[in-house]
Amino acid sequence: MKIGTPKEVFEGERRVAMTPDSALQLQKLGHECLIESGAGMASGFDDAAYAAAGVEVVKTATALWKAADIVAKVRAPDDAEMKKLREGQTLISFFSPVADEAKMQAAAKKGATVVAMEMIPRISRAQKMDALSSMANIAGYRAVIEAGNNFGRFFTGQITAAGKVPPAKVLVIGAGVAGLAAIGTSTSLGAITLAFDVRPEVAEQVESMGAQFVYLDFEEEQQDGAVTGGYASVSSPEFREAQLAKFRELAPQVDIVICTALIPNREAPELWTADMVAAMKSGSVIVDLAAEKGGNCKQTVMDEKIVTEYGVTIIGYTDFPSRMGTQASTLYATNIRHLLTDLTPAKDGVINHNMEDDVIRGATIAHASEVTFPPPPPKINAIAQQKNKPAAPKALTPEEKRAAETAAFKAQTKNQIILLGIGGALLLAVGSVAPASFMQHFIVFILSVFIGFQVIWGVAHSLHTPLMAVTNAISSIVILGALIQIGSSSFLITLLSALGIFMASINIFGGFLVTRRMLAMFQKS
Amino acid sequence: MEYGFTIAAYAVAAVLFVLSLGGLSGQESAKRAVWYGIVGMAIAVVATMIGPGQGLWPLSVILIAAGAAVGYQLATKVQMTQMPELVAIMHSLVGLAAVFVGFNADLMINDIAALYRETGVIFGAVGPDGWTAIGLPAVVYDGLSSFGQLIAKKSGVELTILRVELVLGIWIGAVTFTGSIIAYGKLAGRVDSAAAKLPGGHLLNAGAAGLSLLFAAMYLSGAGSWTLVLLTLCALFIGYHLIMGIGGADMPVVVSMLNSYSGWAAAAIGFSLGNDLLIVVGALVGSSGAILSYIMCKAMNRSFVSVILGGFGGPAGEQMAVEGEQIAIEAEGVAAALNEADSVIIIPGYGMAVAQAQSAVSDLVKKLRAQGKNVRFAIHPVAGRLPGHMNVLLAEAKVPYDIVMEMDEINDDFPNTDVAIVIGSNDIVNPAAQDDPNSPIAGMPVLECWKAKQVFVSKRGQGTGYSGIENPLFFKENTRMFYGDAKASLDKLLPMID
Repeated sequence: MKIGTPKEVFEGERRVAMTPDSALQLQKLGHECLIESGAGMASGFDDAAYAAAGVEVVKTATALWKAADIVAKVRAPDDAEMKKLREGQTLISFFSPVADEAKMQAAAKKGATVVAMEMIPRISRAQKMDALSSMANIAGYRAVIEAGNNFGRFFTGQITAAGKVPPAKVLVIGAGVAGLAAIGTSTSLGAITLAFDVRPEVAEQVESMGAQFVYLDFEEEQQDGAVTGGYASVSSPEFREAQLAKFRELAPQVDIVICTALIPNREAPELWTADMVAAMKSGSVIVDLAAEKGGNCKQTVMDEKIVTEYGVTIIGYTDFPSRMGTQASTLYATNIRHLLTDLTPAKDGVINHNMEDDVIRGATIAHASEVTFPPPPPKINAIAQQKNKPAAPKALTPEEKRAAETAAFKAQTKNQIILLGIGGALLLAVGSVAPASFMQHFIVFILSVFIGFQVIWGVAHSLHTPLMAVTNAISSIVILGALIQIGSSSFLITLLSALGIFMASINIFGGFLVTRRMLAMFQKS
Repeated sequence: MEYGFTIAAYAVAAVLFVLSLGGLSGQESAKRAVWYGIVGMAIAVVATMIGPGQGLWPLSVILIAAGAAVGYQLATKVQMTQMPELVAIMHSLVGLAAVFVGFNADLMINDIAALYRETGVIFGAVGPDGWTAIGLPAVVYDGLSSFGQLIAKKSGVELTILRVELVLGIWIGAVTFTGSIIAYGKLAGRVDSAAAKLPGGHLLNAGAAGLSLLFAAMYLSGAGSWTLVLLTLCALFIGYHLIMGIGGADMPVVVSMLNSYSGWAAAAIGFSLGNDLLIVVGALVGSSGAILSYIMCKAMNRSFVSVILGGFGGPAGEQMAVEGEQIAIEAEGVAAALNEADSVIIIPGYGMAVAQAQSAVSDLVKKLRAQGKNVRFAIHPVAGRLPGHMNVLLAEAKVPYDIVMEMDEINDDFPNTDVAIVIGSNDIVNPAAQDDPNSPIAGMPVLECWKAKQVFVSKRGQGTGYSGIENPLFFKENTRMFYGDAKASLDKLLPMID
């Protein structure tokens, strides 16, 4: 199959859906690769690099759309590109089935197949194709860098000869992929980083990245994030109030706010209100990654940077991934390449569009002249259901502890007395029938078992193998029996005893030698 | 036998044996403890040989020397990874020796009975006090060997007890013998290690045990020595079939259980010979093996009975489906992660022993420690095929024992660990034991390595392990699979650590 990537037509878009590296991998799958001349220029890949990787460079977009069986690009096609889409062709790109519904209908009518990158289900198997995550990662990183660019101070605290510099305080709202990337970047720059999310289960992830999780004083059964495929959902009005109150408290302290809170298929929730913006120190920066969906801060202007009258900068860019064209292209091209790997299971250059496959079915929004959106729910949940956490063990008061100890001691005493009683009774029962000569030996036996139990519990865990070797060696004490019997007049007895002596002595020497060998190896550092 | 010197020597030997076992509580004192054992054994053997009534001692010395030569060969040639096999095969020798000694006792009883018939006195008849046997005329009595004398002066009740004891000794000895041979075969890979049963399963075992009881009863009621032979055959079959039905993963329990049996067999023989030292040592060994079995069972959260009855029980219900995929990684990736890590925990398992990778592991640890990283080992109680198996292998590779930790010591440290490396272990790191109540290993304590920031699993292929249970660890997001033979993989990895 011929896979073609045209130059992005959207203004300012620097990304490209195919890199020379990904093209090499695609060719290994048996595909041919085409690229429109100059498509990779903005991301730092020139035509020569593509040609060197065995990619056919096509002069115009029209020629490319005509030649390619599969068109892989970044942005959803514009009207001109929609016209070039033809029957039997497959288009792989970001393609919102809600916002671009008309285009989706048109594509289906034409008989083209459309695979929307944002519809890739969020399951472990599909992570390698999850372009939303890889782009969000870049956005999170870049958001902190942009903030730093517009922030007049250091991130890290310093004490210098020229005076003390306090560290910057960064608040990240929403700990999804972008949020976590922002937290990582911010902490590694040295800022004090706080993070908030409506899903309390991400607190652990936040803390693992080195930020403090902002907890709310709020008692409510939180919805399990697993039900919604790991995404946040709408919260109750009471919860929202508690959340805003906490933010209001934090607003005067923080220098930089990174907003990443999005709810799938909804307008972004307003989390950073006008009064909070007003409460912030002059020179503070807000980066609103939710700008495209209306912003978590309503003052945000999409695709623009504004400065409020109190000197707070609000950045509403929506093209963070594109601002890091090379990096974004490499990651996006790899996502595309993984998707094509799944679409080419036999690695023979033949596309098998398997609509039974959860991932492929989920991402395909138009196929065989029909609109295939929305997909049926995936067969497996993205994240395992959260288990009910056991209540934390209550700290015991000293009285309770003492009571517990006494109870345990009493139980132990009771156990021992019962065991001793039973043992004693059994012994007496045996003694009442058995002759005295047997009982003498029996006492020795009982005492030895008892000593054995006492001694063996003390043996170190790591010395269990030597213990077995030693006990094995000394269990060949049966040699004594054979030694006593060998002097008999009967030939058969002598023969059997001789064999017994021979075998037991193998054991004695073998066992002890091997134990010595093992123990000699144990050494301290 | 009544010779005071022999008894005194036995007392000394018994004390030395107790000290020898007690000394194993620490690595340093253990080195001394072995010598206690050796001296104790030497005293016991020498005292018996120079004791009264011992004939043919030149032959005994020759036999002991021959045994020593074979034992020396075995002990010096064996690879540390073959330790489980060696221990198992040596148990079988003790079992067989016990069987022989038991049969001898029976033969001797028959001989003495014949003597009694000749002299016309009833064997086992008691004198006027109701206890003491009348015994043989002094002339005949003095002509007997010491063992013969011992039996000759027994009363009827004492004779019955003697017979019970030797039946027990022979039966346990025979079970130990075939059981150990099968255990050896499984450990050495000569017998298929999967749990296998003849059709009929436990019924066969129960039948054989029932027959044993029947033959024992017949023997005690005087049916003759042939019943003893049949009883032995039954016991041999039980030993074979019992161990055949136990899967490879349960081998640590099996080996310690056989260890225990060989002790009890020795104790039973001690009773029939009236030898206190045999009783003492048998009881020590028996209880030691029993405790080890108990510790192993506890480590697997399984009852002793369910191990003995063989195999894992069927799953209690639908097991959780494992989703996701196993993501492979090459040596470069592992090396990069190790070079960045501050703390590393290595979890070795049977796979490390199979691949003989312990010295490669040791080299890796040396390199990592040279860079000041905190490297430790986490040892699960049932890792390997023998209690303490991993410790011995690591010691052989000169890994200092103070960085080798037990499960309970280290399990809480995983969340603060950068990299956990799993080398050839499977069930002991299976999170299903905690998460999936329907898993066959549910409730078994496991090493929580998945809590480390990153987990590398060195494994030969994608298959399931010994127990055939799917391991969700391999599908976790922070797990990367480092496929290949453990030794080859580590050798590839080593030059990349700087």
